Amino acid sequence: MTPEPIGYSADAVDPSRLVVEGHEGADYYALMTEAIHKILLEKQVLAPSDTDRVIAALEAPNVTWGARIVAQAWKDPSYKARLLADGSAAAREMGYAIKEAKLVVVENTSSLHNIIVCTLCSCYPRSLLGQPPWWYISKNYRARTVREPRAVLAEFGVAIPPPMEVRVHDSNADMRYLVLPKAPADAAERRFDDLVRIVTRNMMIGTELVEPYRDRG
Amino acid sequence: MPRFTAGDRVTVLDLGKPGHVRIPWFIRHKTGRIERYCGAYPNPEDLAFGRPGLPAIDLYRVHFPQTELWPDYPGPPGDTLEIEVYDHWLEPAEPLT
Repeated sequence: MTPEPIGYSADAVDPSRLVVEGHEGADYYALMTEAIHKILLEKQVLAPSDTDRVIAALEAPNVTWGARIVAQAWKDPSYKARLLADGSAAAREMGYAIKEAKLVVVENTSSLHNIIVCTLCSCYPRSLLGQPPWWYISKNYRARTVREPRAVLAEFGVAIPPPMEVRVHDSNADMRYLVLPKAPADAAERRFDDLVRIVTRNMMIGTELVEPYRDRG
Repeated sequence: MPRFTAGDRVTVLDLGKPGHVRIPWFIRHKTGRIERYCGAYPNPEDLAFGRPGLPAIDLYRVHFPQTELWPDYPGPPGDTLEIEVYDHWLEPAEPLT
């Protein structure tokens, strides 16, 4: 019997196929990674401190770094303009090097809400915010955010009044994305450190708001 | 010199390539407009096989109305999606002037 040809065309995708979560086969790769690591240590190609250094570098970035960029943009209109024009250069100004890609910053306004997803895997500005949350990597979030973003946002408790535009950014290639949340109404009077504290990881992905959008009917 | 500039209307091709391809199914055959030019990057379809991926390929962000991507899109008609597409996956949607 001749096997069915494998289709690599979009026309071959069955839209009703099930999405299965999980990491099938990951055990094998975890075991192989451990084995190779052990061999490299035994042969003194790697020292234990080399691995520690890489892990420390991966774990160093954190949400506060992104929050400081957001608070600076809320406080300083000229910084905000530079941030929206060239995210990587503006992050560098604050002392943060975006290593993996170019940073694109997208601004939430009273007429536009942005949300970030990586449909293909889990592309995320890791060198700025650290590792992404578990749900960002889930197939559920990745498949549904491009298809029904308002339903996904509603599950996060975020309501976008219908005259507003929802814009999904698929982080599928060489850019990384950061949402600049809409500033609280009293941002001008608040201290920088106080503003840094209210910015969460989810706000910078677009799945949480500082203040609800007002329904303009 | 990039082939497209912001505002140009483009259609995403369906190249039928196997392997590490970064152009998801849901934008293939769809028409949008260039949002910005992102620069040139090594081709991920070659990088995945340990090759240099050179010469670098122009990358664009392409803007689509959600209703173009999903004819039965459940949200308002003003909702949109932006995604990165490499030059060799694009063709002009109408003759460039």
